[in-house]
Amino acid sequence: MQDFAVITNWIHNFLVSTLGCAPWLAVTIECVAVGVGLLLLYALLALFYIYFERKVCAFFQCRLGPNRVGPWGLLQSFADMFKILIKELIELKNIDKFLFALAPYLVIIASMLAFAVLPWGNGLQIIDFNIGIFFLLAVSSIGVLGILLAGWSSNNKFTLIGALRSGAQMVSYELSIGLSVVTMVCLAGTMSVTGIVEAQDRLWFIFSGHVSSIIAFIIYMIAGTAETNRGPFDLPEAESELTAGYHTEYSGIHFGFFYLAEYLNLFIISGVAALLFFGGWMPLHIPGWDAFNNIMDYIPSVVWFVGKAIALSFIIIWFKWTFPRLRIDHLLKLEWKYLLPINLFNLALMVCIIIFGWQI
Amino acid sequence: MQEQIAKLFPQATFETVDNTLTVTIDDAHWHDLATYLRDQLHMDYLVTIVGMDWVTSLGCIYYMMSTVDNKMVAAKVSTTDRVNPYITSVADLWAIAGIYEREVYDFFGIIFVGNPDMRRLFLNIDWKGFPLRKDYDENDPRNAVSIENERQTDDTYTYVRQADGSVERKSVPVFMPDDFVVNIGPQHPATHGVLRFRTAVDGETIKKIDVYMGYIHRGIEKLCESLTYPQTLPFMDRMDYFSAHNYHHGLCATIEKAAGITISDRAQVIRVMMDELSRIASHCLFIGTYCMDLGATTMLFYTLRVREQILDIMEKTCGARMTFNYDCIGGVMQDIAPDFVADVKALLEILPKNIKEYNKIFTGNVIARNRMEGVGVLSRQDAISYGITGPSGRASGWACDMRKEKPYSIYSQLDFRQVVAEEGDSMARFKVRLQEMEESAHILEQLVDNIPEGEYCVKVPKMLKLPKGAWFDMYEGCRGVFGVYVESDGTTKPYRLKLVPPCLNLAAVVDHITRGEKIADLITIGGSLDYIVPDMDR
Repeated sequence: MQDFAVITNWIHNFLVSTLGCAPWLAVTIECVAVGVGLLLLYALLALFYIYFERKVCAFFQCRLGPNRVGPWGLLQSFADMFKILIKELIELKNIDKFLFALAPYLVIIASMLAFAVLPWGNGLQIIDFNIGIFFLLAVSSIGVLGILLAGWSSNNKFTLIGALRSGAQMVSYELSIGLSVVTMVCLAGTMSVTGIVEAQDRLWFIFSGHVSSIIAFIIYMIAGTAETNRGPFDLPEAESELTAGYHTEYSGIHFGFFYLAEYLNLFIISGVAALLFFGGWMPLHIPGWDAFNNIMDYIPSVVWFVGKAIALSFIIIWFKWTFPRLRIDHLLKLEWKYLLPINLFNLALMVCIIIFGWQI
Repeated sequence: MQEQIAKLFPQATFETVDNTLTVTIDDAHWHDLATYLRDQLHMDYLVTIVGMDWVTSLGCIYYMMSTVDNKMVAAKVSTTDRVNPYITSVADLWAIAGIYEREVYDFFGIIFVGNPDMRRLFLNIDWKGFPLRKDYDENDPRNAVSIENERQTDDTYTYVRQADGSVERKSVPVFMPDDFVVNIGPQHPATHGVLRFRTAVDGETIKKIDVYMGYIHRGIEKLCESLTYPQTLPFMDRMDYFSAHNYHHGLCATIEKAAGITISDRAQVIRVMMDELSRIASHCLFIGTYCMDLGATTMLFYTLRVREQILDIMEKTCGARMTFNYDCIGGVMQDIAPDFVADVKALLEILPKNIKEYNKIFTGNVIARNRMEGVGVLSRQDAISYGITGPSGRASGWACDMRKEKPYSIYSQLDFRQVVAEEGDSMARFKVRLQEMEESAHILEQLVDNIPEGEYCVKVPKMLKLPKGAWFDMYEGCRGVFGVYVESDGTTKPYRLKLVPPCLNLAAVVDHITRGEKIADLITIGGSLDYIVPDMDR
């Protein structure tokens, strides 16, 4: 199995011994390089997702989707992003200018921070510490603050209703996400992202945790869709009711930030699902099939992770373009009356499975 | 009926206009007569109030229909006072009368004493004069259109008759000062056109809706008074543009009846086929946009596929995809295209499969059912009181299909079912339309191989004059009853042409059925009623 730690260690050694940098300078240079790389990756992923969703949705709807700019319309999302960049930021009267400007950055920072702990590949992870998954849950909750601020500071009734819906929705569904993550953390026995991946060395958790993992996975996917404010849970920006919900009043790149963050959150949610249930970057291993396992190991770990994440986001996109939107009371009922009790029961079930050593 | 009324109201005079008993009564006894008609003679459906200016007097003609035996009666009430014309309101008897009276007030300046809301309906509140009065002069500088911003008021007023007989004007608030009023529309994705709802909400719950109409009021009725009869026809494409054929059919049939023209069987069949094709196309668009309102965007494309096929058929025959202007007085503009029959058969082939697919994707979906079942329940009684016709009325259990109840053209010879549901909720309105598509397809199946030979348009005089008189007829558009009232003074132009659109009632009932529901339900309910704004605004 390739280990990216080899490359990162080589770069570090190169900086320290060959170029003779002081260790602090080497770390600074590496941090800057990682930061730039992350930003680039962030932008490229968002552009890819915009293109991906438009194509997928087009095929669901018997259309062709973007097909004019570049081959198969590949450059369409670049063109769109460039257009958003050069658009005017419209100044509004009678708003809280500071909070209004702050909100999109809060949203985007939340999703960027969450990027730091995703297991991109074997040894390819920006920060790896013992409460990785906990950190991820914590930072991704900052996003809701940005949305609430955006809705409130726009001084518009539609955005306010959108923001309040969003607050109610995200706070509720955070519970489900948290509990299904806890269920899987129980199975892994660690909160460290690397630890969780390595615990799936023999078999992915979705297979090894019996029915309990599957329940947790289904709940995680539902709650994750709600958490990213995507259809059928896109009430905060319900187009036909609230025009565009909390980001109605935003223009130019500020709107672009919300737009990008939505797609990046989609990637993060599917990335975490891949981590918790499908082994992160871990190739598909089946106990006893050593030849098969060895062949799987030849596929680079980055491909495994990104491939799993995109496959899972395809499911979420599929939801969006098939189902009608829920109503706010149905949405909250689904969470508090169904998902939460099932989740608690599932957690107890998982604990039993572990105590009695039933996991495969 | 005449004897019964004459016994109780000896001052009433009677005449028969276009086979409808018309009672003329003075204003003092009008409210009593209206109560008697509604309660004793079951005239519970107020079709329309036609405002009239007879030069010597101003007045209204009320058309009422019984939902028990489909009998119709009309009542004429008039006043000679042109400065302060008062007529007693019947808004307490029929829920829709309040809106109809506002329309008459808007155009004729007749003040309805007792109507709780006597604002203008279509025209701006700073409009001067009453444009449908015969002495209205639009070139008079005193009647100039205001170019100031439209004022916004939270107050309306009502006129109350005092004990001494005088009439007093009172101000009434529409919204309370502490109401949280959200302005939905005129530009809003879910209002299906430029309609405006001022919505008072309490959190997510709707407390009251005040509907503003008239953003695309074009004064069609006023324009028609200065045009010859054939020239009035193209406006029918521009009211409910999804039932353009049905409206054309309606106006042509009324004018032909008045002029004593009999059209060929071939033209009849072509008209009916076009009507039913329109109905399928219109319901397809309804399903698509409705699902989109509920957030299921993909359905729109599946339904547009079928609609596109119908528009192709129409384009081949009529030369247009939207404003067809196909029916004309005497028949239709041109003969059907050579491959019309084959195209319709191809459509009938794919339609059942598509309807099945719609049901599979959407109707059974648990989210869709939660959103629609039990939401916006309209009882049969309210549907009649508000005059909610068409699929929305039939979903409330009121059999109001004019193709069955008052058959016109060749509908009495055709075999089809009137789709009626009992629930009255949004789901019922959705399902009724789905089933009506099947029924329309069934009608097309009967006709497609039996289009009789003959001329498609009979000869009519170049300058068509109607004899003196008045005619009123009701036809089935795609969204409900389309009524046509023509009054002629013997010239080539109508003295008064009143068009009764179904969508005005549909918009008027929104406030009634959304109270206490969620904001999201406003979209569900509004979408399920399927109103078309140019139709209500005219």
